[in-house]
Order: sequence, then structure tokens, then C-alpha cells
Amino acid sequence: MNDHAPNSFRNQPDERGHFGPFGGRYVAETLMPLILDLEREYTAAKADPAFKAEFDDLLEHYVGRPSPLYFAPRLTEELRKSAPAGNGAQIWFKRDELNHTGAHKINNCIGQILLAIRMGKTRIIAETGAGQHGVATATVCARFGLPCVVYMGATDVARQAPNVFRMKLLGAEVVPVTAGAATLKDAMNEALRDWVANVHDTFYIIGTAAGPHPYPELVRDFQSVIGREARAQMLARTGRLPDLLVAAIGGGSNAIGLFHPFLDDPSVKMLGVEAAGHGLDKEHAASLAGGRPGILHGNKTYLLQDEDGQITEGHSISAGLDYPGIGPEHAWLKEIGRVDYTSATDQEALEGFQLLCRTEGIIPALEPSHAIAAVAKVAPTLPEDAIILVNLCGRGDKDIFSVAEHLGVKL
Amino acid sequence: MTRLSAAFAKGRPALVTFVTGGDPTPADTAAILDALVEGGADVIELGMPFTDPMADGPAIQLANLRALGAGTKTADILAIAAAFRARHPEVPLVLMGYANPMTIRGADWFAAECAKAGVDGVICVDIPPEEDAELGPALRAAGVSLIRLATPTTDAARLPAVLEGSSGFLYYVSVAGITGMQQAAQASIEEAVARLKASSTIPVAVGFGVRTPDQAAAIARVADGVVVGSALVDLVAKHGQAAAGPVRELTAALSQAVHQSRQTLQEQTA
Repeated sequence: MNDHAPNSFRNQPDERGHFGPFGGRYVAETLMPLILDLEREYTAAKADPAFKAEFDDLLEHYVGRPSPLYFAPRLTEELRKSAPAGNGAQIWFKRDELNHTGAHKINNCIGQILLAIRMGKTRIIAETGAGQHGVATATVCARFGLPCVVYMGATDVARQAPNVFRMKLLGAEVVPVTAGAATLKDAMNEALRDWVANVHDTFYIIGTAAGPHPYPELVRDFQSVIGREARAQMLARTGRLPDLLVAAIGGGSNAIGLFHPFLDDPSVKMLGVEAAGHGLDKEHAASLAGGRPGILHGNKTYLLQDEDGQITEGHSISAGLDYPGIGPEHAWLKEIGRVDYTSATDQEALEGFQLLCRTEGIIPALEPSHAIAAVAKVAPTLPEDAIILVNLCGRGDKDIFSVAEHLGVKL
Repeated sequence: MTRLSAAFAKGRPALVTFVTGGDPTPADTAAILDALVEGGADVIELGMPFTDPMADGPAIQLANLRALGAGTKTADILAIAAAFRARHPEVPLVLMGYANPMTIRGADWFAAECAKAGVDGVICVDIPPEEDAELGPALRAAGVSLIRLATPTTDAARLPAVLEGSSGFLYYVSVAGITGMQQAAQASIEEAVARLKASSTIPVAVGFGVRTPDQAAAIARVADGVVVGSALVDLVAKHGQAAAGPVRELTAALSQAVHQSRQTLQEQTA
């Protein structure tokens, strides 16, 4: 831990949207007035009990919250087999994969569409990688009767066909983006181009805790329901706080949602797991491990880039982690040392995926499979009475085709 | 008087032209820049290619990809600028691009390199006044103009912040949108330019969606300058290494229309 630790880790960002040296508002002038409007409106919404009441009501009755906190006995036992005597931490899951639409993404979409309506916007746009955020956005648009356009890299459209069909069923228009490598970052560029041309009536629902201020803050706040619930549930069930939190990180919204309510609990350690793809010395999507600070998509943060500041393509088996950047609050938490970050390769994630299927009867998404891979390494090094809490942020239905392909199984 | 202010003090509106550096290859850019000068452009904007040009339409996106595909580096852009300065001591040259390539080695490094190469000004699409500290102080200390963008969404309350610390000229983006798409209605441009000029002591140049000599002339009747980019970039896309000739022809037609726009108006009304 840094010698000059602040009094609280939970009071970021500052009034200009900076998390230490990260974050900020690096957008074209056309968007700047709208970003300032959004900030004003979000500040007002936070102080409005009616806004919170509507958000909470939708999370309970539409999303299905609170999500369960689950002790995983057979996974715990399985990992104890390879542990030294007396070691092998208890493994618990926050089950956000049981949410409506199958992932944590919906928490944020509910919050943002309520903001959009509050601001009088009549058209919604979003970007999506794996399609989970696109599906969640299309879902809330159907629920509130607003037209929805989802930008998705053409490569991702091809490898996530079931989610493309889901979005269309929900009434969204899915626009394949062919620029660049045709993945998540290119979809985000195209969404920004749409937004700048339609600022008068359009709200951009960003899917992760990144982008220009106030997005990293508001996405974090909407996702923090995960950590608030988990903290209360763990205290109620065990009478104490967990020793270690683990979550997968692409942009980092599920991780910051779990971590943030625990940041001022000094006994709770935290581990974010990036996607190491084919390996950190090969193609990967681990911005903190393999990138350095730069400016993209409205914020300053760690980016995969070359010496000239040209952005390089991320790679991960998980389309949801396949982004060359990371939310600015994670960049700050890494620099000050409050959260540790590691990575898991495609192969390790595939093994984590199968391990959870076999031991607990839960098919996880490939994103949290990276977290499970990290837990498989960490749990045997901790004592039996230690508690690890993992965010199971998505279910694996969407991934069974690509997993089958990687395992050499023809469906 | 700086090269930039001199370009707007010729007693007629100025033509500002944009091409992407390194498109189609770094070696071809010098001839294209020379064609702009020979065609009568008053200010040259040289685009710094970036992998993620999110404020640009398809024409300039593709130009960025062509330039990067040809191996264009930041060092190439600075070398192109320095060589241009040696060939054309009087023509103002502005670098236009995105924050990350400009700041990745530090703003002081970039500003010093610009000054050394004889670059007169810098337009950075994604550093608004709120993040000025990222680049503005370094440019001002190096004597390089920071040219800011104003847009249809820049209201009266924001305009002073946009003008603060900027110099050279104010670039009015006439449509809320990306480069190379539709053109704004003439009436809205006239209203906006009048509003901007009431608050600004620096010249106002208008761009985005301006493609033809007629469009350019109409804007030149009310603005200090007209910016044309995508139409020229389209010619580079079409003609590749043989683009200098067509670029010179279009620039000549544009500069004639812009330079004579008020004269024509006066003759018509006489």
C-alpha cells in the first residue's frame, strides 16, 4: 500500500472527473455541452429520492435483485486437493449471472435509461462487444418504448450470432461496424460518431465504467449495487467481511461494482483479472499489464498502444474483454496499490469455465471464467478459513458455441 | 504578424485546406502539399493519422488507415512539416489530429517538435477547454497557436472558455456531426459566424461538409476563412500517387471562388 494513502478510496473522481491522473473529459467540442448537461442531471438524480426509488424498484422486480450470495462447496473442496494442509480458502460467488438478461450489464442500463428519460432524450444508442451490453440496452429500450441502435463490430456480429438475434427480437437495430478490426473499440468509435451527429435527441448508454466523465462514475454507482448487496449478505451469513474479492476486467464495470463498496475496508484485499489472451508476450487484452497511460474514448487511462500512441488491437477468447483500454478508476486503484491486478489466458479461462460447470453445475460466461482461473491459483495459497468472494458476472449460454469450437467439439 | 494572422489579413477570405499526412504514403505527401499551395490555399492543415479517428467520417477514416498502413509514424509527419517549411517559408502550416499521438511522449516534447519543424498551429479534436492543461500550456510556451473548435452546440456561456488561450483562428464546425457529411444551412452559418465574431478578436474559419467552389464561396461571403478537407482527401483516395494534379485543380477552383467571393457579391449588387 502507498505510504500516502488517502483518507478514503471512495471519494473519487474530483469535480473535473479525474481519478488521480486518470479519467477526465477528452471529447470533441460538439459533445462537451451534452457531457456537462449529463453531469448536472446525474448530480440532481443522485439527490432525488424518486429516482433512487424507481431504480431500486426496477432492480428488484424487473432485474430480480438482490442476486444470491452462494457458497461453492465442491469447487472449494476441489481446489483444496492441490493445497498444502490447512490451506484452501472458501469460495463464494455473487450470482449476478442470474439477473434478467444473464449478466451484470442490466444494472447499469436501468440506471442510464432512467437518466435518458429524465433528460428528455428519445433515442438510445449503445456499443457492444460480446453482445451482453447490447442485449441489456435493447431490453431496457423495449421496456421503456424507446428506439435503440446498437453498434457492434462485424467480427463480433459473426461470433455472437445468438445475441445479435436477441437484440433484434427486442426491437433494436444492430449496425455492424467494419472499420478497423471490427471489434468493440471500433463499435465505440462508431457510436461516438452517431452521438455527435444526433446530440439533440440521443442518449448514449455506455456499457462499461469508462468514457468521458461522468460515465465512469455513474456506471460505477449503478453497478455498486453488486458490492453493497454482497457486503451486507456476507456479514449476515458469516458475521464478517471476505478476505479477497476477485472479478474479471475488460472495461471493468463488474469489478468496480463489486470492489467500490469495500474499498475502505482495509482487511479486504481485491484482485482484478485481465484477459491475457494467447499470453502477455503475445496477443492479449491486458491493458494494465501490457499497456501504458494514454487518451482514448474520452478518458485518460491505461491503453494497449505503440510508441506513437496508435492503439493496438486487444485479443481475448472473450469478446467482452476484448478492449484495448480499462476504466480510469482501475488505472488509479492500480497506481495507488489498493487493488492488485493479474491476468488469465484464454486456455486458463477455458479450464476455469469447465471447472465451474463440473463442480457446481453452473455454466459461467467466459468473462468470469477468467476470475475463476485466478481463484484456482490463489485459493490453495490461503488458509481454509479465508473467504474469497468472486463476481460471477455473467452466464455462459452465449458462449457455448465458441467454447465447443475451442474444445474441438462440433455441435 | 504571424504567418497565420497574415494569411487572414490579405483583404479577402482565406482558403484553408486539409489532407491527411502519409496518405497514400509519407513520400507522396510533399507533392500533395505543394499542389495545395500552387492551387492557392492560404493555410495548410496536415492531418496526423490515428487508429481511432472518432470525429471523422468515412473519407478521412480511410485516409488515416491508408497512411498508417503505409507505415506513417509521428516522426514522418514532423519531417513532412519541416520539409514543407523549408520549401514554403511563408505558408502557414497547422497539424490536426487526436490527443493520444500528440501527448504520448509528453506535451512539451510535442510542442518543441512542432516549433522546431516550423508548425504554426495545432488543432486537437479531443482536448476541449476543460482539459487544456494536457496540451495548451506547452504549445503556448513554445509559441505554437492552439486552434480551438467551436460547434453549433457551443453556447454563449461556453464561448469565452473556448476562446481563452486559443490563437491563430477559430475553427467553426458548422454541423453537429463528423467530417465529410452534410453541409449546414447557409442561414445557420451566417448567424453563427456573426455570433462568434462578436465575441472573438481572431478570424473565424468555417468547415465540415464544404465540398464545392459554390459552397465555399457562399461561406466566404460571411466568414474569414473556409476549410475544405474530405473533398480533397477523396481525390487522394481516387488518384493515389497521381493525386497532386487533381488536388491542384480542385484547390485552384476553390481558392478562386473563395478569394473572389466578396468581389463577386459587390459586382452583383453594384
